[in-house]
Amino acid sequence: MTTAACFIIASRNDIPIYEAEVGSAAKREDAAQLPQFILQAALDIVQDLAWTTSAMILKTIDKFNDLVVSVYVTDDRFMLLHDSRSDDGIKSFFQEVHELYIKSLLNPLYLPGSRITSSHFNTKVGALARKYL
Amino acid sequence: MIGTGKIKQYANVLDKPLGKGKQEVSLSAFAFLFSELVQYNQTQVDNISELETRLEDAGYAVGARVLELLCHRDKGNRRETRLLGILSFVHSTVWKVLFGKVADSLEKGTEHEDEYMISEKELLVNRFISIPKDMGTFHCGAFVAGIVKGVLENAGFPAVVTAHFVPVEGQQRPRTTILIKFAEEVLRREARLG
Repeated sequence: MTTAACFIIASRNDIPIYEAEVGSAAKREDAAQLPQFILQAALDIVQDLAWTTSAMILKTIDKFNDLVVSVYVTDDRFMLLHDSRSDDGIKSFFQEVHELYIKSLLNPLYLPGSRITSSHFNTKVGALARKYL
Repeated sequence: MIGTGKIKQYANVLDKPLGKGKQEVSLSAFAFLFSELVQYNQTQVDNISELETRLEDAGYAVGARVLELLCHRDKGNRRETRLLGILSFVHSTVWKVLFGKVADSLEKGTEHEDEYMISEKELLVNRFISIPKDMGTFHCGAFVAGIVKGVLENAGFPAVVTAHFVPVEGQQRPRTTILIKFAEEVLRREARLG
């Protein structure tokens, strides 16, 4: 079980549309923005890799100290920074979040590419993270 | 409550299962809705190209959602990375889900490398629409062109998509062709991927 993870959904143009800190790690004072920074840096790698495979999950694409970055690609990028070892858990987590994302996308009043602000979405992502990570 | 039956009521739409949903929707309901959409937009614009743009935008929103939903439902979460792959996806899967049958044909343009055409004898959305003479080249298939554009752009293949009438000898009503012109970067990426 991991203690900390940062989850970001980035749109096609690399603009984050959803961010969440999941897990129970205390925030380090000096590196509060570190997770976001690492994930942004990984975006370049994602862009190259996304076109080489037709599967959606890209597993681990980058390492930073003891944290790894896993990415799940649809039209948007679901990026997870974590220190967990279970691949299957990550895969199921991504798939469930993908379903949640499709459901909020189906809303005709939601403009694709804009921020997801629903608190219910937040709660569900948190619950999924505790379950799978 | 009257008619509660066995359907579970979900507090929030995020809890509802995605599932297959209803496979069929009444054609007349759609025809009424679409005609109202066209009429409403007619009162809002000054010229034909703006009307077509509005219909296209409406279709774009549909296309974006259809792509995600279909990828999740039918293809088991595999994306298309190649041009031909995404085109045949649009031509068969998308058409089947939206109109109940595959499109009539998919052709590659002869004049330009980046042009492709999907043809249909009679678009479902046009079935109950007649174009008055003074509207000239206006085509309600702009809505379907918008759907295709939404699917392609959100899959990573930006393109310009338009709908045209193509007169065919021996037939009273002209055939409809959806012309897809891909952007430069798509062709370059295709060449790079081999």
